[in-house]
Amino acid sequence: MSAVMITRKVRKWEKLPGKNTFCCDGRVMMARQKGVFYLTLFLIVGTCALFFAFECPYLAVHLSPTIPVFAVVLFLFVMAMLLRTSFSDPGVLPRALPEEASFIEMEIEAANGNVPAGQRPPPRIRNVQINNQIVKLKYCYTCKIFRPPRASHCSICDNCVDRFDHHCPWVGNCVGKRNYRFFYLFTLSLSLLTIYIFTFDIVHVVMRSVDSGFLNALKETPGTVLEVLVCFFTLWSVVGLTGFHTYLISLNQTTNEDIKGSWSGKNRVQNPYSHKNIMKNCSEILCGPTYPSVLDRRGVMQQGDSPSLTTAATPSSTSDSTVPQTTKPTAPLIPNEHTPDDAKPSIATSTEISTSLTEESESTAHKVPPLASPETDVEASIAKAAAH
Amino acid sequence: MATEFHNLQELRHSASLVNKVFVQRDYSEGTTCKFQTKFPSELESRVERTLFEETVKTLNNFYAEAEKIGAHSYLEACVACSTAYLVFLCMETRYEKVLKKIAKYIQEQNEKVYAPRGLLITDPIDRGMRVIEISIYEDRGSSGSSSASSSTSGSTAR
Repeated sequence: MSAVMITRKVRKWEKLPGKNTFCCDGRVMMARQKGVFYLTLFLIVGTCALFFAFECPYLAVHLSPTIPVFAVVLFLFVMAMLLRTSFSDPGVLPRALPEEASFIEMEIEAANGNVPAGQRPPPRIRNVQINNQIVKLKYCYTCKIFRPPRASHCSICDNCVDRFDHHCPWVGNCVGKRNYRFFYLFTLSLSLLTIYIFTFDIVHVVMRSVDSGFLNALKETPGTVLEVLVCFFTLWSVVGLTGFHTYLISLNQTTNEDIKGSWSGKNRVQNPYSHKNIMKNCSEILCGPTYPSVLDRRGVMQQGDSPSLTTAATPSSTSDSTVPQTTKPTAPLIPNEHTPDDAKPSIATSTEISTSLTEESESTAHKVPPLASPETDVEASIAKAAAH
Repeated sequence: MATEFHNLQELRHSASLVNKVFVQRDYSEGTTCKFQTKFPSELESRVERTLFEETVKTLNNFYAEAEKIGAHSYLEACVACSTAYLVFLCMETRYEKVLKKIAKYIQEQNEKVYAPRGLLITDPIDRGMRVIEISIYEDRGSSGSSSASSSTSGSTAR
């Protein structure tokens, strides 16, 4: 009896740590909770559908045919920006592989020196100088890295995200370096769309009222009433949000930094990332380069490969000869004449150190409260109002 | 010091890994991608300082080119925005083009400079653009009793 093993190609996204959902074989990356995202989609598509059904036929005939055309263009742009924000990698930083993690551990131990037994080791902080300001980099116990400046760990998605802004439940994803500009364009275009629909709803009702009276007009276009309701509540939150993010962009700040008050107050460090010029700050964010994703989601996993940090023993299978860059050490460190005098412990013992350290409290690593951003508080209340 | 015994194929297939060194990011100018040119002490006996610094400086220049905000990036941003970013379905971004150049450069450096010295540089993009990982392989050129231990381990690795 011979069994034929058909090995399926396993892509790297299937083995990524963190609480993300992936679709389309790794092309789409979102957070786990998508309920509010579906609500956003429903509200936008539903309201626009009502607009095209009730307003557009009347206004195209009585005012101008360009009105529905422009509405379609705006609607498509809003949807494109929403989907782009929701489906793209926000700038997730991959977790450190075992060798890198142990290298960092050794550096930390070297910096801390000997800590007497029973005493807590000092917090893991690295000071760097950025544009002549001292910025503290915090160590992430989950990802086993010193977070780059402006990165933060999202507790909902369980990932460190570069230039972390906030986790937005309305788009079902984190907003970070790679998708901030799409998020901003989404809020901006949605504001325009909301104002557009609201304005033409009013125009439509007024024009009909001139002909047949206000109450009759409402009876003829029941959809308009619904649209006006949705637009009225959406307007305040989305326009406010756009204004807030315009303010942040002009100062080159993130929502996360604004909430924590990182750069405000006299005793604090001034924002080292700001170019002190509104145009330069805006152009950096909106016209800057499109950063690549460093998570190789669709790459094919090789045997013995592990994209995440595992605290289990390293697998004994040798790496595939076609992919050299994830070679596992096949022998412990052999002291020879080239080993420096401060001989480092072998890789095996250092993985033991990292295992014990993961058991330390991880609550300090998860800094960002999920719904603490101002706009989500407003939107949460709007959602409650809209739901009733 | 000449340890001209390795080529890239040999390193990847049979040499045993001794250690890994990680060159960290340099944040002194902000969050743009730049690596420290400080020469790691573990490499002192393996490669010349100038060669290493040259490699890191060239990589830094590549990244600076990719992240430069100028006429080219404005044009790219405007074209992309006007097509709702759908243009990137058929066109490569500037950053992706530079990343390909970087991959080629690292491959070339590995073949010409580092593999003959028993070292291997990993492309930073494979490590989240956080570090340049340099793998140090056993040095065939070492003499004396230590070579016996390293050759025995070498043979057991096979």
